[in-house]
Amino acid sequence: MLKINNLHVKLEEEEKVILRGVDLEVEAGKVHAIMGPNGSGKSTLSYVLSGRDGYEVTDGSATLEGEELLEMEPEERAAAGLFLAFQYPVEIPGVGNMTFLRTALNAQRKARGEEEISAGDFLKLVREKAASLKIDADMMKRPVNVGFSGGEKKRNEILQMALLEPKMCILDETDSGLDVDAMKLVSEGVNALRDEGRAFLVITHYQRLLDHIRPDVVHIMANGRIVKTGGPELALEVEKNGYADILSEVEA
Amino acid sequence: MTLPQAKLDQLSARIAGLHFPSTGWQGKARGAALERLSAMGLPVRRDEYWRYTDPAKLVAPQPQAEVWGGEVAFDEIDALKVVFVDGMFDAEASDDLTMSGVEISRLAEAVTDLHWAAEIYGELETKGQYPAQRPFAALGSAFATDGLLIRVTGKADRPVAVIYRSSSNTSDVNLHHCVKVEEGAEITLLESGDAAARLLTVMEVDVAKGARFHHVRAQGRSHQRIVNTHVFARIAEEATFKSFTASINGVMTRNEAVLDIVGDDAVAHVAGASVGDGSDFHNDDTVFITHAAERCESRQVYKKVLKNGATGVFQGKILVKPGAQKTDGYQISQSLLLDGDSQFLAKPELEIYADDVKCSHGSTSGAIDETALFYLRSRGVPERRAQSLLVLAFLAEALAEIEEEALAEDLRLRLENWLDRHEG
Repeated sequence: MLKINNLHVKLEEEEKVILRGVDLEVEAGKVHAIMGPNGSGKSTLSYVLSGRDGYEVTDGSATLEGEELLEMEPEERAAAGLFLAFQYPVEIPGVGNMTFLRTALNAQRKARGEEEISAGDFLKLVREKAASLKIDADMMKRPVNVGFSGGEKKRNEILQMALLEPKMCILDETDSGLDVDAMKLVSEGVNALRDEGRAFLVITHYQRLLDHIRPDVVHIMANGRIVKTGGPELALEVEKNGYADILSEVEA
Repeated sequence: MTLPQAKLDQLSARIAGLHFPSTGWQGKARGAALERLSAMGLPVRRDEYWRYTDPAKLVAPQPQAEVWGGEVAFDEIDALKVVFVDGMFDAEASDDLTMSGVEISRLAEAVTDLHWAAEIYGELETKGQYPAQRPFAALGSAFATDGLLIRVTGKADRPVAVIYRSSSNTSDVNLHHCVKVEEGAEITLLESGDAAARLLTVMEVDVAKGARFHHVRAQGRSHQRIVNTHVFARIAEEATFKSFTASINGVMTRNEAVLDIVGDDAVAHVAGASVGDGSDFHNDDTVFITHAAERCESRQVYKKVLKNGATGVFQGKILVKPGAQKTDGYQISQSLLLDGDSQFLAKPELEIYADDVKCSHGSTSGAIDETALFYLRSRGVPERRAQSLLVLAFLAEALAEIEEEALAEDLRLRLENWLDRHEG
């Protein structure tokens, strides 16, 4: 599904190298987790994959189902099936959540040559998906993420994911700012989307999210590289001993 | 004080050949207006409220502008339509001017007999000349060729829509409207279309106790339009006055609103959304709100979208007189600059002589929020569509000032279409 080869990335504006040769392959139907200390490049990886400005790819490639991602505009990546659940979902005053969701869904459908969804069908669809995430009508009426609590923002991210039905979902520290109940709700939302044709890349600091969203593979990232890859037990090891042990073992 | 010769020359050149009916009640009112005008002269760039806007195009004796002849706003709205073409009343295109609870007559036909409008005509304009002079308004009172005199005695069941059209690139039009909304009465007044190569209007609105006046205006889409409007309002206790203007294109648009809140518990809102593309675009909103009564609320909400060297101006003042306690005054003016060449000049002013009031003002200039743009694009919304969404979102606070959703939607669509035409 997602193949990243020897990806090198620096900041556009300054001579700061962030990713130093990331290699990663996520297969359809699988959940991969990336863990790592602050500043290891985890979030940068998610931004570069989704096409945010401010980064320069100096080497390497990233493909989604064989298509070169890095050449595409952000909206083309989205239409191709990539989705990033933001660590900090953006507030957009003046744009209603409903309008936003419908515009996004129809834009993607149009880009794929599909018919736009009717207002009636959309309403039905969004109500059904929102109910399972305990998103009430009021949240749908408000401007995008404006006045939402941390948990509401993250639930809204998962709602977008549920509506847009991407093939490759990247979750950037979706657990940050969530209490236990909200984490459970969000995880259930993600788990409901697990499917043979869909892959997940879950970026997180902590093991606790991975108790709810069970990964198939866990990667440890440090200093702009994947330094260790293993099964779910790797996350438990991090939780128990911290990153220091793993990093010193890698460096040794 | 005598005027400098340059101002006098400028004035005589400007008014030479203008129509001046000198008989009846109008003769008296117009004569007084001409005296005010002669004492003030026409503005020059050095005058305090003309520093950001060069009055040259309004002062020039003969205007020249290619005018837009296409469709106008609110054509889908059920309203009593009154059409002026190059300032001339078009009876054929207009509806019959009768409506329950509303008396409508024309200024050009009310020349001789004493008319209710005699109490308002030029009166509110005169009050609005202090403390800042508005010579073009006096010029309008003196030389208007026509206009509507609307007296509202009940609740109008549909809006009155004034539709301006133009067929001439040199038409120079002066119109003067008076609206008297009597106690407890209600009306919505719409204005749309490009009236002339140059349009000067004065509208005096007297809103009596508990009455409601709504004004929604669309200016567009002529690129060369020259227009200077004035709204003078006197707002009595428990009355509501709301005025909204959408302004699209134009090389010189100066919209002045002078609102006098004289009765307790009254509400006065003025708002505007304007969009302009190119260095010829100049759009100026100049607002002066006086609170002279207790527990009144006023709002000024202005948003301007500027690109390719366009200029937007906002001058807004809240004056709270002694004794106008519990005044709630709000003023916001914001511009969205879509490139580095455009400019927004703002002069927000507060002058407060009462000690128990709540007044706030803010003015900002900003670019499109790149983070929000990326967020929308990451969800599959194409860049241009995302940008339009964000621009409309920026204008939303101003559009929210329009009470009737159908009117707001009409203007929203027009602004959206403008954005589509001016993409990239």
